[in-house]
Amino acid sequence: MTATTHDHSDHSHEAHHQKGFVERWLMSTNHKDIGTLYITMAVIGACVGGVLSIIMRQQLMYPHNDIITSGAAWNAIITAHGLIMIFWFVMPALIGGFGNWFVPMMIGAPDMAFPRLNNMSFWFLAAGFVFVMIGLLLGNGAGAGWTLYPPLDNAQYSPGMATDFSLFSLHLAGISSLLGAINFIATILNMRAPGMTMHKMPLFCWAILVTAFLLLLAIPVLAGAITMLIMDRNFGTSFFEPSGGGDPVLFQHLFWFFGHPEVYIMILPAFGIISHVVSTFSRKPIFGYLGMAYAMVVIGFVGFIVWAHHMFVSAISTDSKVYFEVATLVIAVPTGIKIFSWIATMWGGSIEFKTPMLWAIGFIFLFVIGGATGVVLANAGLDQELHNDYFLIAHFHYVLSMGAAFAVFAGFYYWIGKMTGHPYPEFWGKVHFWTFFVGVNLTFFPMHFLGLAGMPRRYPDYADAFAGWNYVSSIGSIISGVSTLVFFYVLYAVFTSKESLADNYWGEGATTLEWAVPSPAPHHTFEDVPVIR
Amino acid sequence: MKRCITSALGVAGLLALFGHAALAQATATDPSAVANAYVNAPHNWQMWFPTAGSPMMAKIDWLMKFVLWIMTGVVGFVALLLAYVFIRFRAGRNKVPSTVTHNTLIEVIWIVVPTLLLAVIVIPSINLIYYEADTANPYMTINVTGHQWYWEYSYPGVAGGLDYTSYMIPDNQIQPGEIRRLSVDHPMVVPAGKKIKFVISSADVLHSFYLPSLGMQRYAIPGTNLTQWTIIPKVGTYYGQCNQICGVGHDAMPIEIKAVPLADYLNWVKYAQANYQ
Repeated sequence: MTATTHDHSDHSHEAHHQKGFVERWLMSTNHKDIGTLYITMAVIGACVGGVLSIIMRQQLMYPHNDIITSGAAWNAIITAHGLIMIFWFVMPALIGGFGNWFVPMMIGAPDMAFPRLNNMSFWFLAAGFVFVMIGLLLGNGAGAGWTLYPPLDNAQYSPGMATDFSLFSLHLAGISSLLGAINFIATILNMRAPGMTMHKMPLFCWAILVTAFLLLLAIPVLAGAITMLIMDRNFGTSFFEPSGGGDPVLFQHLFWFFGHPEVYIMILPAFGIISHVVSTFSRKPIFGYLGMAYAMVVIGFVGFIVWAHHMFVSAISTDSKVYFEVATLVIAVPTGIKIFSWIATMWGGSIEFKTPMLWAIGFIFLFVIGGATGVVLANAGLDQELHNDYFLIAHFHYVLSMGAAFAVFAGFYYWIGKMTGHPYPEFWGKVHFWTFFVGVNLTFFPMHFLGLAGMPRRYPDYADAFAGWNYVSSIGSIISGVSTLVFFYVLYAVFTSKESLADNYWGEGATTLEWAVPSPAPHHTFEDVPVIR
Repeated sequence: MKRCITSALGVAGLLALFGHAALAQATATDPSAVANAYVNAPHNWQMWFPTAGSPMMAKIDWLMKFVLWIMTGVVGFVALLLAYVFIRFRAGRNKVPSTVTHNTLIEVIWIVVPTLLLAVIVIPSINLIYYEADTANPYMTINVTGHQWYWEYSYPGVAGGLDYTSYMIPDNQIQPGEIRRLSVDHPMVVPAGKKIKFVISSADVLHSFYLPSLGMQRYAIPGTNLTQWTIIPKVGTYYGQCNQICGVGHDAMPIEIKAVPLADYLNWVKYAQANYQ
């Protein structure tokens, strides 16, 4: 996929760069600037969510610890950690950040289809972050867990405004995602350069397209559930109140009808990034391109019909359990296609182990481990033993804290040169990778053992028998924290670097259109339409 | 522990000495103390499931090993492939990359083989689902109700009724032989070797009735009754904890179940009616 004609057309850029700070960053309609805003949001979200996780691990380092002495504070922290990491770290980094930056470039479009909508989408998310922070800090804080199950977060058991702020923060983040999704769908379906058919489109764009459809279908369901919850809390309705004829189980269905696709919303863009990185550093085109693209479509589709596997010990019938178990296991097949296709892409390649590739390989291996425990948990009979205990925590951190987060870092190291025009320090990138790899594995692998031994999640204090592995896990979280400081040094080094980079600094392995424009990418790419062979 | 065993021996001794007349004496001491002889609780550095305390847990343990061996094989296979690729196809050794991007046979293989593996898992797995759901023909039923932050146990079949609450023993009142964060003031007591059905609900928010060593878990949901069952063949004490976030005392409402011989259970009912309610 190479552009036969492209024009670097730098002539009109000076005017754009003369915009004042306020006009450029607060009123931005440029996909790259908005992408940068999203990435900034993700860095802030990751820092807040990460600090919360280190506080939690410190508390759990010893039984009967006294760092968090109030159960309400504990519950507010676990709730905010979950919400912030999902909605203000992983999603803005992968979708709003890298998606905004690179989807238009990869399809040869000058910008997103609706630039003002794009700006609005970001600021809804920023407002949502303010709300979720108020939810964390106001009064006792919102403490029903990120799953927000009623009746715990109804007006009786969670009085005060904090929970309302958290619920509204999800509305804002939801509107943001919805507008972003509409924008991506319109852009990808309508603004591809001539010659770029759907089946020539880079896999990252496929990933974002499928993700956008998942958001479009899932977010309204969450919005409905949350609206009902807000009505129950404030306006005397009883959608989820058994005393008024409602049912808390309804909320669980609605929440997970959103919540399970949400899992794929977080991981599909990661799949897209990993495909590009693996292909680039193996100096080979991706193996089984069509299989890779349609595997994501299948994962997205099946992701919508498996939601009740989160409710195996809640009120669903036995026959439903059988259905949801089998449907869930089916997802392992398209996921396997992706894993094996990445390996097949490397097979016969000429592999260079640069930092982005290390993160991609780490992603593949750790995602396979998280996927394997996912197959375990999909068994309703086993989930009865493992539901909500630390085995589950280990599982979803292997796919998120290691899966999605590794892909965020792979994308960062892969594209930071294209975004800033400066190289990252290779040595410190590798130090960051290895320390983070050791840290997260040390944090999350012992959690499998805690789960098997029966330790429930969301406990600030636990029986002394769980002390050993909790201690190891907390040490791991400190290592991950130190590793993040290395990342900040890398950021500092990039932004103070005087070196500049070629258009395609990765060489012949990098074939998508963003490598055909200068580094850093000019404010407006493709002022003349590129034609794809 | 020693203290409890001694008292259990004491009860038995009294029964032997005074026969029927001693039953009144026996109810003065807790007849469920016989279950203190065996404690199934988590231990430090534990790396696997608890010892199975029920046939259900034994089946879960078996299926877990079955699935985990298969998945370990998958992870190991992927790891081997990755290791081979890194050694054989690193840039230093393989300077010219191949241009192969398709191979229909291998693409079919990596769809079919995982599907077959899943089929192998699904069959015993579905059997287990139906086994776990089979609450038919219990010897007795216990109603379990979750509260913020304690459990309420009610024995609907007991003459004269029995309904009591079970609170965690606070950290500062833990006695030797008790386990901090797991021991309760009034444990649930059941006859060993009998099929017990639990009807689980909640009086306020969601809770989860979770007994890892028995392989049992169901949410306690207000307005809904969920059922579970168990058989505990071995006389002993089994622990569990609330496993669905329920507010500030979520970590302070453990579950303690004592399985005792039927005769001791019948004595305990009288004891509990006198002392627990």
